[in-house]
Amino acid sequence: MGRKPPEPLIVEGKRVDGRSPEEMRKIEIKLDVIPRADGSAMFRIGDTIALAAVYGPAELHPAHLREYTSGTLRCRYRLAPFSVDERKPPGMDRRSVELSKLIRVALEPAIFLEEFPKAVVDVFVEILQADGSTRVASINAASLALISAGIPMRDFVVACSVGKVDGHLVVDLCGKEDNFSEADMNFAMMPKLKKVTLFQGDGTVSPEEVRKLLDLAEKSCMKVYEIQRGVLGEKFRE
Amino acid sequence: MKVRKIVFPGDEVGKRRGRKLGRGVYEVRGSVRSKYVGIPKETANEVDVIPLAGAYLPKVGDKVVGIIRDVEFSGWVVDINSPYVGFLPVGEGVREYVDTTRVDLSKYYDVGDVIFCRVVNVPKSRVVQLSMKYLYAKKLVGGTLVRIPPSKVARLIGKGGSMVELIKKRTKCQVIPGENGVVWVKGENALKAIEAIKFVEKKSHIYGLTQKVSELLR
Amino acid sequence: MRSLENEYLRELLVKKGIRYDGRKFHEYRKIEVEEGTVKKAEGSALASIGETKVLAGVKLELGEPYKDAPNEGVLKVNAELLPLASPEFEAGPPGEEAIELARVVDRVIRESGSIKLEELCIEEGSKAWCVFVDIAVINNDGNLLDAATVAAVAALKDAKVPKVEGDEVVRGEFERELPLQFRPLNVTVCKVGKKLLIDPTWREEAVVDAKVSFGIRDDGKVCAVQTYETDGLERSELEKMLRLALEKNGELRRVLGWR
Repeated sequence: MGRKPPEPLIVEGKRVDGRSPEEMRKIEIKLDVIPRADGSAMFRIGDTIALAAVYGPAELHPAHLREYTSGTLRCRYRLAPFSVDERKPPGMDRRSVELSKLIRVALEPAIFLEEFPKAVVDVFVEILQADGSTRVASINAASLALISAGIPMRDFVVACSVGKVDGHLVVDLCGKEDNFSEADMNFAMMPKLKKVTLFQGDGTVSPEEVRKLLDLAEKSCMKVYEIQRGVLGEKFRE
Repeated sequence: MKVRKIVFPGDEVGKRRGRKLGRGVYEVRGSVRSKYVGIPKETANEVDVIPLAGAYLPKVGDKVVGIIRDVEFSGWVVDINSPYVGFLPVGEGVREYVDTTRVDLSKYYDVGDVIFCRVVNVPKSRVVQLSMKYLYAKKLVGGTLVRIPPSKVARLIGKGGSMVELIKKRTKCQVIPGENGVVWVKGENALKAIEAIKFVEKKSHIYGLTQKVSELLR
Repeated sequence: MRSLENEYLRELLVKKGIRYDGRKFHEYRKIEVEEGTVKKAEGSALASIGETKVLAGVKLELGEPYKDAPNEGVLKVNAELLPLASPEFEAGPPGEEAIELARVVDRVIRESGSIKLEELCIEEGSKAWCVFVDIAVINNDGNLLDAATVAAVAALKDAKVPKVEGDEVVRGEFERELPLQFRPLNVTVCKVGKKLLIDPTWREEAVVDAKVSFGIRDDGKVCAVQTYETDGLERSELEKMLRLALEKNGELRRVLGWR
């Protein structure tokens, strides 16, 4: 990140994959992909595929981790070894630990944890294919899995990535853009309540650009929200 | 096929207007919003949403089908298909006086036994207190168990018990649905009854379900 | 977690607008930085904000550049929340909090382009300096990120590049200063009730509603943002927090003499 790309990433207003700066990649969603789980969803954006499963609420072990007045949310994010160019050894590396935490931070405000004190809701996300913006794909998949599992929520949680590539402000960075961007930020919000639950990332941007990125992120998240609602609605229309 | 109106988490169900809030909704400055994917229920006095999925979170008065998990000194630990465990104190499980220092409680209920009982208390500690001291409470012997999402049990019972009675009559089976999503089925045609139960589970959100189940069980 | 002390603290903050240590809401505790504390390190600094103490050490080792950056040196940032620093920290490998701390400090330094990594390459594609920044939290009284960033950047400012003879590093003999062109800082802003709060103590961190950290460069550019557990923030609140962070960034630089 922050390195100079071998050739310009935006030529005549078109990005490496032909998109315009404010265009997201194609989104595909499938629900109930893991029947054993209490809720599950696959969220695909471009070539990034995130698979999420939710188990719970269930008894939390060990007992000393139980919170007396509130339930616990546990998230685990993992990149499958075959999901990236150079095979990633299985197991949790430091990046996966931080991303697991960020996903939890993004989802927690939407969940009524106080309705299942001393119990735990586990969210497992596996990235089957990584082409940029995996954490926001994870948040989108997890949110749908939580809703499908019947976990009481205040709202959906929708997420997208925004950044600066070749001086342009863009949404939904693909892998190539991710590697050479001047800024790469991840954004999540509760769409009906209009509250931001995650805004993190890095780069070099002016405060004014931060504001513009927030605008772009919010607008794009609302588009993702509409797609998610459509898919959930379909499930109950048989 | 007509489908009942469905709401998603965050959707507005209505305005509060001084009404009582059910367990499926919450309020944001006078606007009542859903916590679940479910079916909105609005009356003059209450606003609620019936979830279409979700774990069983016990409340007082629920009639549940539980499985004895452990026999302890003063009662039995019961699995009620919930993140919270149930406890049946000896005084609530047996009518006569029991000298717990001399009697082995497993002679009344042993690990693996199935019981139909009532939730009498859900304290803060979330050790759910159960009781067998009700007319309908009993040990369920034989038969088998079917699990369905707790949110669909009401549909399985039907208005005034119409759905479950239909299934019982047509299959000549005993069917006892626990509000915790565990259903006890016993009879020669148990498989047919289970098929009907699973059908209700899948199609719980459509209108005219009773008619469809009736056709299935002809 | 609910507790009588936390509830009382929150009431003071939200209802009475008082911080228990008497500070104003936008006031930092006393900040002190001491460079060169560890002689064996190529660079080091001990930073304290109030009673929070963080020690950072910089070690330079010879290694190989990354394949996709063959003409650059390598930066690695690690952090440990030492068990001696507080009753909450346990012995063992870095947990979630330590890993996040290290990665955010790493990003703030890396994304701001603060170290001129191109000047740390010895032979393109095969030999380069690895700059290890190891952060040790010695006493945890809140706001670890701001303190750790000050410690890390001060240690980098203190650091010198050792002489090399063939493939051996000549410890104790230096050829130049570490090429540091920026000194980025992290400003953590909290929200409690409707007010914004700067530099939370450990106790205050337990009762705030939201915490966001902004990594800011000398020229006011934002180089990192990290949101922590929140109840959800409105856009306007987030932007207010950014404005306050920019203001505090200027103030911190005056206090540190890092203009």
